[in-house]
Amino acid sequence: MKSSVLMLLTLSAFSLAGCMRDNTLPEGANGDVGPDPGATTSALGAGGNSGASVTAAEAERIRLMSLLVVYFDYDQADIRPEFSAQLQAHGQFLAQNANAALRLEGHADERGSREYNIGLGERRAQAVRRVLMLQGAQATQLTTVSYGEERPAQTGTDEESWRLNRRVELSYR
Amino acid sequence: MSIVVESVRIVARSRAALLGALAVASALLAPAAQAQLDITITEGRERAVSIAVVPFGWQGAGPPALDFAGVIGNDLGSSGRFAPLATADLVSRPTQASQINFQQWRVLDADYLVIGQLSAEGADSFRAAFQLFDVLRGEQIAADTRAGIVRADLRDTAHRFADLIFQTVTGIPGVFRTQVAYVSEERRPDGSRLFRLIVSDADGENAQRVAESPQPILSPAWSPDARRLAYVSFESGNSGVYVQTLRTGARERVSARAGVNSSPAFSPDGRMLTLTLSRDSGNLDINTLDLTTQVLRQLTTDAAIDTEAVWAGDGRSIYFTSDRAGGPQIYRVGTEPGSRAQRITFTGVYNARPRVSPDGKLIAVVHGQDNRYRIATVEIEGGRVDILTNGRLDESPSFAPNGAQIIYGTRENNRGVLASVTTDGRVHTRIAAVAGNVLEPVWGPFPRE
Repeated sequence: MKSSVLMLLTLSAFSLAGCMRDNTLPEGANGDVGPDPGATTSALGAGGNSGASVTAAEAERIRLMSLLVVYFDYDQADIRPEFSAQLQAHGQFLAQNANAALRLEGHADERGSREYNIGLGERRAQAVRRVLMLQGAQATQLTTVSYGEERPAQTGTDEESWRLNRRVELSYR
Repeated sequence: MSIVVESVRIVARSRAALLGALAVASALLAPAAQAQLDITITEGRERAVSIAVVPFGWQGAGPPALDFAGVIGNDLGSSGRFAPLATADLVSRPTQASQINFQQWRVLDADYLVIGQLSAEGADSFRAAFQLFDVLRGEQIAADTRAGIVRADLRDTAHRFADLIFQTVTGIPGVFRTQVAYVSEERRPDGSRLFRLIVSDADGENAQRVAESPQPILSPAWSPDARRLAYVSFESGNSGVYVQTLRTGARERVSARAGVNSSPAFSPDGRMLTLTLSRDSGNLDINTLDLTTQVLRQLTTDAAIDTEAVWAGDGRSIYFTSDRAGGPQIYRVGTEPGSRAQRITFTGVYNARPRVSPDGKLIAVVHGQDNRYRIATVEIEGGRVDILTNGRLDESPSFAPNGAQIIYGTRENNRGVLASVTTDGRVHTRIAAVAGNVLEPVWGPFPRE
């Protein structure tokens, strides 16, 4: 089910709102954040001060920061172009917030050998780490873990489940 | 544990007795009883040797202390090389050689006949004996007698007898006294998972829980003396490698470095482990760890994923998986410094997870082709590939210590099950847990005595 991924996004967005309140976001980063799902909106609305306006760029940045999963092609660790903006936002956030720490959890789909899949998960986590560091994140802010195929997001044995399992999850500590 | 054989008659009446005994026994087992195993022969019995295993004669109070013929028949049948006659089909029940009429057995097409005797000699002391006959020649070809056996050792004695029968007929040592280790995974209704590392007899009996965690456990590996298991556990939040002594339960975390700690394998002398570590670089490489001195040495430095190392029998080289050529293939590197890795597999785009056969001539691998992952053997000299299994998600092959069978993990109806195939690819067996998933089987070595 996709609900587990959505739940992860929601929960992480909640904790993210906690981090962000102390830092660079202006007060009033509330529900008015543009075209995105209500989950993110309500999370950020919790601490906000309604009435203040948010620029379109800021709204987009908030939206990108709420995206906490990067997906990969089969047997690949290349970052697809569609995830560049998202990683840029996280990288810049880390660069501007020295106290923020991020755990990158790498995963693979279930096909093939388990230990080799641990390797694929780590390679993917490392790929995300490199991109974030190019944006200015410090090495000490980033930890990588690989679960290989051991913690699937989806338990099906089909292409769609496999696609959703080939991922790196971003988890702010 | 129950044994079901689909295409061959098996000792029906003694099986019922066996199941009855097991039902009582399993209530007394450690919690690992939930991973009771069902063994089913699924394919390939046509060439099996026909053998009659007659219920042993019993002298003692009450029912027989153990159904020797049942244990022996199950062992021989599960190897895939024998087809024991069903008890109901036994034309007579001799318990002494003088009672045998070989012509009766020839009519039944039985090539071999086993008879035996079990007697109680004291409060907890038994005497057991068997004799094996070549029916066509009408001659005894093997026998054994053991006395002073305590009740707890009766099953092991039956396995000993089965080993001797197996070896006499096939020329190959039997593996009925060996153990297997495997991981069982249970999904709870609340979505949480429970992983257990389990060791059991090769027939699934006497399952013992070695480790348990809500986080994944994988890659169990036997020490050559069968006293320890190394394994990977995520219980600390990251991967860590542990070595546990089976008899005491004591364990040591031997690697918990930053990054990946995985894929342990003992050297043939039991003193070293190969480990896959990524450390600070994030690049997976093979390392050797001396368990006594704690000296760690890096064996591979390639930017590729290098993992799944296992030792050759002489301890002088290591086989491993590397994707330095683009996709995973098997390589070999010498253990002496400066040794360069040589590629071993050239057929197919995906060959991973090598395991060396006991005679050193083959490696078993996970062979991927057209989105199917199956177990294959590869000749080390010559490179010939033989695909042995027919699943889609087969993994974790492990040779029996006699080299005659390979146990592996596969899927059935979206459940993890174990299976085995004879190394010649002819006979297939499926081994399913009664509940939950079972995976990552590893066949233990021959017992020491």
